[in-house]
Amino acid sequence: MKLVEIENLSVNYDGILALEKVSFSVEEKDFLGIIGPNGAGKTTLFSCMLGLLNNYQGEIRFFGTNIRKSKQYLRQIGYVPQKPTFEKNFPATVAEVVRMGLRKNQKDNVIDNVLQKVWLHELSHRRIGDLSGGQQQRVFIAKALVSEPQILILDEPVTGIDLQSKDLFYQILRDLNQKDKITIIWSSHDLDAVAKLAGMVACLNRTLFFHGISEEFFHNENLLKMYSESSMQMHMHHHEN
Amino acid sequence: MGFEIISYGFMQRALVSGIAIALMCSVVGLFLVLRRHSLFGDALAHSAFGGIAAGLFLGIYPMWTAFIVSILSALGLTKIRQRFQISGDATVAILLSSGLAMGVILISLAGGFTVNLFSFLFGSILLVSLENTILILGLAGSILIVILLLYKQFVYTTFNEEQAKVSGIQVEKVSYLLVVIAGITVVSSMQLVGILLTSSLIVIPNVTAMLFSRGFKQTTILSMSFAVFSAVIGILTSYSFNIAPGGMIVLISIIIFGVSLGLKSLRKNKFIRKPITARS
Repeated sequence: MKLVEIENLSVNYDGILALEKVSFSVEEKDFLGIIGPNGAGKTTLFSCMLGLLNNYQGEIRFFGTNIRKSKQYLRQIGYVPQKPTFEKNFPATVAEVVRMGLRKNQKDNVIDNVLQKVWLHELSHRRIGDLSGGQQQRVFIAKALVSEPQILILDEPVTGIDLQSKDLFYQILRDLNQKDKITIIWSSHDLDAVAKLAGMVACLNRTLFFHGISEEFFHNENLLKMYSESSMQMHMHHHEN
Repeated sequence: MGFEIISYGFMQRALVSGIAIALMCSVVGLFLVLRRHSLFGDALAHSAFGGIAAGLFLGIYPMWTAFIVSILSALGLTKIRQRFQISGDATVAILLSSGLAMGVILISLAGGFTVNLFSFLFGSILLVSLENTILILGLAGSILIVILLLYKQFVYTTFNEEQAKVSGIQVEKVSYLLVVIAGITVVSSMQLVGILLTSSLIVIPNVTAMLFSRGFKQTTILSMSFAVFSAVIGILTSYSFNIAPGGMIVLISIIIFGVSLGLKSLRKNKFIRKPITARS
């Protein structure tokens, strides 16, 4: 069953094309890794999918419904941003941050369960600002999961996090997809991690130049060469600018 | 000083109004401080000064014009900040000076007012009337109920606007509601500490509470306690020593802040912070 369908998505920022005719779909229980160099349009794509950016052309459907028609789909989405920005001294405990993700009819005991899933139940009474970057990201995963979403969207969630924390983070993602059957859409720079974890890959560089099974991409030298060339071009472009 | 001063009608009205204003300022102030809008209260108070002058000039009850000007300024400021991407501190400076300018121009046009402007600048809680006490109680009660009902929305949008938006919260509406509430709070609190000291009631109890607490609820309760303590002790001592209550209330809240800083640094020196032990 297709949970997400994106058709001919184009985004234009003041004459600069950030995304051009991107089309792909996400099946139930997929683990989709979206890869692409900096400036490839990954965050723009997510902003459109999450309803944060509305001036796009094309169509985005979640659960078969065009997201321009209804925002109900957001209840089934958990979102973990690249680096959640919040006031460093914000007086909120880990449990209070996770509680922000609770739906109206849910009870508080779900918070403990979800904190156990991300190995943070011992820190539930700590102030969020006192935690390491890796621990904070796990809190945000817990917050995204507490409403029991069908889809988890993560935008380069391990940027600036140490190696040990990354490994734990990846283990949590794998469990969520394989044990809890949550559909995951995850953008990353880490090709090795995507190769290991994601069953499906979408390769983005303003346009989508590959979408399919992960093994197909990582075992195809031509595609990998194309990806590295396009990354290099984007890198040079950034330096020229 | 005996307990008999509490039996005076004016003192009862002052204490009841003072407690209500302290509760309102500390709760609303926590959201403003955490959104880095600490000086927003100051700017609103100064724009309210323009409103008071307009009321006196036009012969309308000045508190009503202060409410109108303050709320309109708060909404205008928020709209300008969102639409033109002007930094928060710059918009605060614009609002602050335009309110004062409007006030000064109207005062000079009228050739000065017979009403004592000093009471608006520094507060006059001991002179608060029964009607005003009822109005303050009504406003404080309504604001606290609104915040309690929309508690999650306020906390979440203050914590992270983007994530709140993704979770389906109407962030812009919540932000507008908060500035309207802030405008009402500031004008109400002018009676307690006056235009010039309003922002202290909004900021100091919250910054003090944040020194000690880990969680949001804990911070709110501590901040409310500090604010109410400062208001009650400030009013009582100001009467006993014949000092301006506004200044005394702020001074007490500053003393609490100073003592808290001292306690905090003592605690830091005494204990080595426990390392965070869960899997990192």
